[in-house]
Amino acid sequence: MMMNADLRRERAAATFQPELLTHILDGGAERTRRRKEIEALVINDPDFQHEDLNFLSRSQRYEQAIRKSSLMVMKLREYGITDPDEIYWFKSFVHRGRPEPLDLHLGMFLPTLLTQATPEQQDRFFMPAWNLEIIGTYAQTEMGHGTHLRGLETTATYDPATQEFILNSPTVTSIKWWPGGLGKTSNHAIVLAQLYTQGQCKGLHAFIVPIRQLGTHEPLPGITVGDIGPKFGYDEMDNGYLKMDNFRIPRENMLMKYAQVEPDGTYVKPLSDKLTYGTMVFIRSLIVGDSARSLSRACTIAIRYSAVRHQSELKPGEPEPQILDYQTQQYKLFPLLATAYAFHFVGAYIKDTYHRISGDIHEGDLSELPELHALTAGLKAFTSWTANAGIEECRMACGGHGYSRCSGIPDIYVTFTPSCTYEGENTVMMLQTARFLVKSYTQVSSGQQVTGMVSYLNDLSRQRIQPQHVAARSVAVRINDPVSLVEAYKARAARLVEAAAKNLQAELNHRKSKEDAWNRTSVDLVRASEAHCHYVIVKLFTAKLAEISNAAVRAVLTELCLLYALYGISKNTGDFLQAGILTDAQITQVNQRVKELLAIIRPNAVALVDSFDFHDVHLGSVLGRYDGNVYENMFEWAKKSPLNKREVHESFHKHLKPMQSKL
Amino acid sequence: MALMETGKYSQGSVLGSVNPDLASERQTASFSVEKLTAWLDGGAEHTRLRRAVVEAIERDPAFSRENQYFQSQNERYEAAVRKAVHLQKKMDEMGWTDNGPEFKYIYRALSGDLAFLLHRIFIRSISMLGSDKQIAKWIPLATQYQLIGSYAQTELGHGTYLQGLETTAVFDITTQEFVLNTPNISAMKWWPGDMGRSATHTVVFAQLYVKGKCYGLHPFIVQIRSLQDHSLCPGITAGDIGPKMNFEHIDNGYLMLQNVRVPRENMLSKFCEVQPDGTYVRRGSQKINYFTMTTVRISLILDEVVIPLMKACTIAIRYSVVRRQSKLKPGEQEAKILDYQTQQEKLLPQLAAAYAFYFINDYLQELFNRGYREIQRKNFDMLPELHAFSSGFKAMVTQYSTSAVEICLRACGGHGYSLLSGLPSLYTKIVASCIYEGENTILFLQTARFLIKCFMAASTGQPVPPSVTYLAAVTPEKCPAKNKLDFLSPDIYTEAYQHMAARLINSTAAKLQDLIQSGVKKHDAWNQCTVQLAQAAKAHCHYITVKNFAETVEKLETQPGIQKIMKHLCDLFALHGIFSNAGVFLHDGYISGAQMDMVTASYLDLLAVIRKDAVPLVDAFDFTDKTLNSALGSYDGQVYQRLYEWAQKSPTNKQMSPAYERYLKPLLHKTLSKL
Repeated sequence: MMMNADLRRERAAATFQPELLTHILDGGAERTRRRKEIEALVINDPDFQHEDLNFLSRSQRYEQAIRKSSLMVMKLREYGITDPDEIYWFKSFVHRGRPEPLDLHLGMFLPTLLTQATPEQQDRFFMPAWNLEIIGTYAQTEMGHGTHLRGLETTATYDPATQEFILNSPTVTSIKWWPGGLGKTSNHAIVLAQLYTQGQCKGLHAFIVPIRQLGTHEPLPGITVGDIGPKFGYDEMDNGYLKMDNFRIPRENMLMKYAQVEPDGTYVKPLSDKLTYGTMVFIRSLIVGDSARSLSRACTIAIRYSAVRHQSELKPGEPEPQILDYQTQQYKLFPLLATAYAFHFVGAYIKDTYHRISGDIHEGDLSELPELHALTAGLKAFTSWTANAGIEECRMACGGHGYSRCSGIPDIYVTFTPSCTYEGENTVMMLQTARFLVKSYTQVSSGQQVTGMVSYLNDLSRQRIQPQHVAARSVAVRINDPVSLVEAYKARAARLVEAAAKNLQAELNHRKSKEDAWNRTSVDLVRASEAHCHYVIVKLFTAKLAEISNAAVRAVLTELCLLYALYGISKNTGDFLQAGILTDAQITQVNQRVKELLAIIRPNAVALVDSFDFHDVHLGSVLGRYDGNVYENMFEWAKKSPLNKREVHESFHKHLKPMQSKL
Repeated sequence: MALMETGKYSQGSVLGSVNPDLASERQTASFSVEKLTAWLDGGAEHTRLRRAVVEAIERDPAFSRENQYFQSQNERYEAAVRKAVHLQKKMDEMGWTDNGPEFKYIYRALSGDLAFLLHRIFIRSISMLGSDKQIAKWIPLATQYQLIGSYAQTELGHGTYLQGLETTAVFDITTQEFVLNTPNISAMKWWPGDMGRSATHTVVFAQLYVKGKCYGLHPFIVQIRSLQDHSLCPGITAGDIGPKMNFEHIDNGYLMLQNVRVPRENMLSKFCEVQPDGTYVRRGSQKINYFTMTTVRISLILDEVVIPLMKACTIAIRYSVVRRQSKLKPGEQEAKILDYQTQQEKLLPQLAAAYAFYFINDYLQELFNRGYREIQRKNFDMLPELHAFSSGFKAMVTQYSTSAVEICLRACGGHGYSLLSGLPSLYTKIVASCIYEGENTILFLQTARFLIKCFMAASTGQPVPPSVTYLAAVTPEKCPAKNKLDFLSPDIYTEAYQHMAARLINSTAAKLQDLIQSGVKKHDAWNQCTVQLAQAAKAHCHYITVKNFAETVEKLETQPGIQKIMKHLCDLFALHGIFSNAGVFLHDGYISGAQMDMVTASYLDLLAVIRKDAVPLVDAFDFTDKTLNSALGSYDGQVYQRLYEWAQKSPTNKQMSPAYERYLKPLLHKTLSKL
């Protein structure tokens, strides 16, 4: 089919080459080439074809996912793909960005064995798990306990007589709940439980627990296991529950690389283990990247559709315009587009920093880790909250058709939204960052210097010589200069961190307990963290501009960066006004400039989403198709709906006809 | 944990006995829940009637929603048809009628999980747009379900902008028929409910052509399915549009017409008629007809928006006193998550909004009843104001409530994500209200058009409707508040909202004028100001909502117990709005930076005050467990036990998935290559 004329025109009018921008996002032309090569491997493989998932039941979707996962594992080995990024690409093309039942096996079970199992345990479990004779999951969360790990209730009591651990779920709230792949797929689980030995609780430890009979796949005696039922999304994932009643496992099944229980029950403490920080940083950096990708997909769909959809009247007597020509539509979508780019660069930054530091870890330099850990907690929360809301805004910008599953955005949303909760609930994450900020502020107050992203707090001590409020320091903000806007965001972050720290101190002065004071300041603390993260993002986006060699690409990214920074100000004018960073007149200019930038970005909007380079199969959207032939394909799609299987639905014979004959 | 005290796994034994964490919340209520419920219902007798209807519906197993979360689209649709049919029987049995006082409670008791809702719109549109003769012919057939109707307006390529619709109806003078056609794919009717599978007839909106001249949009009754065997009529292509975010039970449909002929008498002709010789006659005023369209927007606010929000608040707040997480004080047991300030800040403003919107709905109903009386007296003066109100408030209430429900969902952490919490379905349902009956941005801009007009009129001394006289009022330039307690005065905050709304409308009007005077064409100037215009319209509605809340509280003098807590909620609603939109209040210095700190302090203080009554405040909404259909939000608070029991009913646990035999087994046993 031919390309829709509107989209063709949009693409011809772009001022830059989208491929060049794609290369920047991928991290180089060579990586783009390799990504597309792997994409082609999957997309052209008939084994990975299937019916549109929107028309399948949950059981059928699970079945498809299991089928594809099994093939995926085999083919990865067949093709010899071992690079983590390449595996990630392969997997996300096979599953089209959706979760799959082996996620926890591949992403948690195997890595945990590698890092926490003794060599003897690796011999027993790793190869069978690698060969998928053992399929495992990671059972941490309980029905009554999530982010606060110390509250977990599952117990593992050591019995020296038999040299076994006895596992129990003592209450309903202690039932393991949510682990992916647990409901139907796994035959083993790494279970986190409170260890009791010689009558004492030694805290949380990890145990390898067989849960299903090899061969029959039936639950073992003492194990109650099943699926937790339907969810908002994650249809292909069998999130499960697990209840253990006096279930015994040999002593050797406790993961004992660090802590150990000796045959007589003597507990041997682990050496301090800062490395777990590293894993958390890594996973949270993935979520930042995922925020960028999910928002990019939604933007691609909404912007292409807005270029194809015509509605209403802008000028009397003229044909209906593309809805992307309405200022309100641009105002909904372009700031999100800019946000998607900002988050891409932030995700890449954290990943690079993590790799750099983890190189250092092996040489023993952990000095940067606490800050990176604190920063990624906040950025995980900031980016996932923003992307979560942004995906929905994209969907709503598609009007009624966005609500149909054929738009693909409902699926993106329900798949993405749990990331606000998992790997650390967002509010808790923001408060972790806040704790670091307050600590840094306290250090500065006591005369020490701090380094890294919080170094702006050092300026506060210099300010203290003058009696005025930190905020009263006027920054001569130039609203067309990203570097100057970074300073404005910095000033806002400093002001809010200081305000939160002072409010906290005031509560403490009222002789509140530390915990009470913290709780009574937590709304302020979250705001401070948000301002800090916002500053970091504007700073990283601005820094990225200097690295871009192609002038046309740099120009368009500079416009996006300005839009991101100015839009953020216009949405938080209260902070900037109250702190005296910007005047009323400047705020009016900022608002005006945002609208001018919308018009400037408009001609490049389609090219900017094309640069994300999502294949139609991966995008999974009728509205966002590359060729823009939306309406014909909506009709084709609808015809496949399960309600249309038969021309006359059976309910006519069952209910309608009898009623009509009775009335 | 509470459950440990009541026994461990004895199936079902704890369900029904109230979780002590929830029971303790109820003992400290500062007001009588029953009295608040009665007041919300409009009197104790209404409460009695509502409960009787709800009980009759819930006792009937045919209306059960027990396994709803496990059902496929096909099963949901079938159940909705079955329930709709059963409801006819039930109504006869109970002596309920469409016009009776029970009727509004029936839909609510069923949570809208019912087919044939568009059938009612079909009936309504014939009653309004049809001639007496047409009414006499079609209404009895429809009310006796000899036919099932739908209402086909929206097309694949056209939504809110009606003039853009492409379906045509050409008058054929030789046969005295209209010939209906879908000239291209974007003209296909798309989305009408009940049309995909159920309807036999529909009202089709099409561009009328007579002797080559286009007369614009008109409604036609078109039969689409056989009354005998339900097969599609000749020239008709129709079906279901496929899965959506929600409304699985509704067969939203598509319809393509190819030379479909209907007799001349099928054009609804109360206002316009094509005579046998092709003469087009227009009679009477269509204004009343537009009025009816605007009333639809108002009528959906309570059932489709405010009630779902109240349910979401009920679920999230009850769950937040049962869920314990982390420790607030060392050595104590884990704290209820509602005791965290951040959790209060998420949920309590949404609770206040639910009350605010419940009251604004009353206000709008009253306004519209008054408007209706005037219009019946052929006085159309109120129409522009009513139109502006219906647009702006529909947009504000749906947008605000949608984000509020989403906040409730996310505030429940992982368990909120389970369908069994009930929250995902509430969200996916309420979010549709931002689009249907007029896309919100477009609606805000309609309100803005009215406000700008009124502002211009007011500034030249011409009379304006009472709701917008404030645009010309002189207010102080600075907020007079001296300390944080001053911000608990409704006069102070209402005036701040008034000032802010007037300023935004004023500055946008000035901007528009500037652009036009500098030579920009009027429509371009309008488009360049639309972001500001929409913001101004929203500010106006927000102001009226705050003002109305304050006035409602004032009228509660006879019930001091309730008045006190409602006053707190009103304060919270108002201060939350200032706190979250600080910039627009600070902008011209009306509120100073120091005053904004007072707002924040008062706002955070209120959270702790309302926290104590949070559970009684949601109990007062008086939803039954069956209505809530939530494992997290039940009255007894036995959250975990219920979640566990419900999960076990999931088909994924009851039916053997073929996935194991087909894929897992070969995978585990290394025989996958044989696949």
